[in-house]
Amino acid sequence: MHYAIVDFIADITQNALEAGSKHVSVRIDESESSFEVQVTDDGKGMDEGEVARALDPFYTDGLKHPGRKVGLGLPFLKQAIELSGGDFSLHSEKGCGTEVRFRFDEGNLDCPPIGDLPAALFSILCLPGDGDVTILRTRKAEGSPRAMAEATARGELSYELRKSELAEALGSLEEASSLALLKQYVMSQEEG
Amino acid sequence: MARMTLDELRALRETKRQDMARRDVEGKDIQIIVGMGTCGIAAGAKQTFDAIVDSLQKHGIEDKVLIRQTGCMGLCYVEPTVEVVVPDMPTVIYGKMTYDTAEDLVVKHLIERSLLDNHILDRPAADIVKK
Repeated sequence: MHYAIVDFIADITQNALEAGSKHVSVRIDESESSFEVQVTDDGKGMDEGEVARALDPFYTDGLKHPGRKVGLGLPFLKQAIELSGGDFSLHSEKGCGTEVRFRFDEGNLDCPPIGDLPAALFSILCLPGDGDVTILRTRKAEGSPRAMAEATARGELSYELRKSELAEALGSLEEASSLALLKQYVMSQEEG
Repeated sequence: MARMTLDELRALRETKRQDMARRDVEGKDIQIIVGMGTCGIAAGAKQTFDAIVDSLQKHGIEDKVLIRQTGCMGLCYVEPTVEVVVPDMPTVIYGKMTYDTAEDLVVKHLIERSLLDNHILDRPAADIVKK
């Protein structure tokens, strides 16, 4: 099972890219009380039966890891959310794409830690595949005056990372020197 | 660290590219070798090195010149020492090359192809040069 929320985000995004998507969009909206993520792709999609089986930990199509009898990505995410009081939804249409949306309740004691978000976003941008990735990240203040003050202290945030744009600015996302600059860039976005 | 924009990222990449290009040896036939033993550094060889790099950039010939550092050349009494190797010109070791002489070195030796008469120390003595 994954340790932090960012591990789930990276896992789901990797699945989206591996579904042959041209474009994957990752939305991360953080507020004082919740951490909401939406991953949308335009890959091969799943029909109703496949959606149901995707949530079964003892089902795998056997293509990604031949010989393995389990597929734990989505089931573990769903379990983590059920244990800590959030929402989870999975919509998919065969041939059109898939949308995974989940929300963790940050006020819940059992909510997993968020983890190192900039590092996770950096590794998402480095995932292999031709598909473009857009990451939209916001952090808002809401609720009680105290919550507002705390959120403002942490800084409100809103930024977008687009893989194709970054690849163009850096020439390539495969050379070590480009990756060092990419990491510096992604880290700097969290600074507010 | 403030939030970086895409344009700043492009600019940063360009700076890094230039830094890396300076270390590239391909297609560079002129060499400037700065003596950076303890004696050279004590006499200001680091400042000389930086001043030469700046001057090469200023005159736009950094892609033709390889600048490198070496240890003590055995001429500690006239540090900082700089050896200049230019094709079709004698190889010269200059002494007392403080940072304010860097511009002279680049303009006179590399561009005008004449020698800096007051700084020439020639080659080391014949008995320590392997013929």
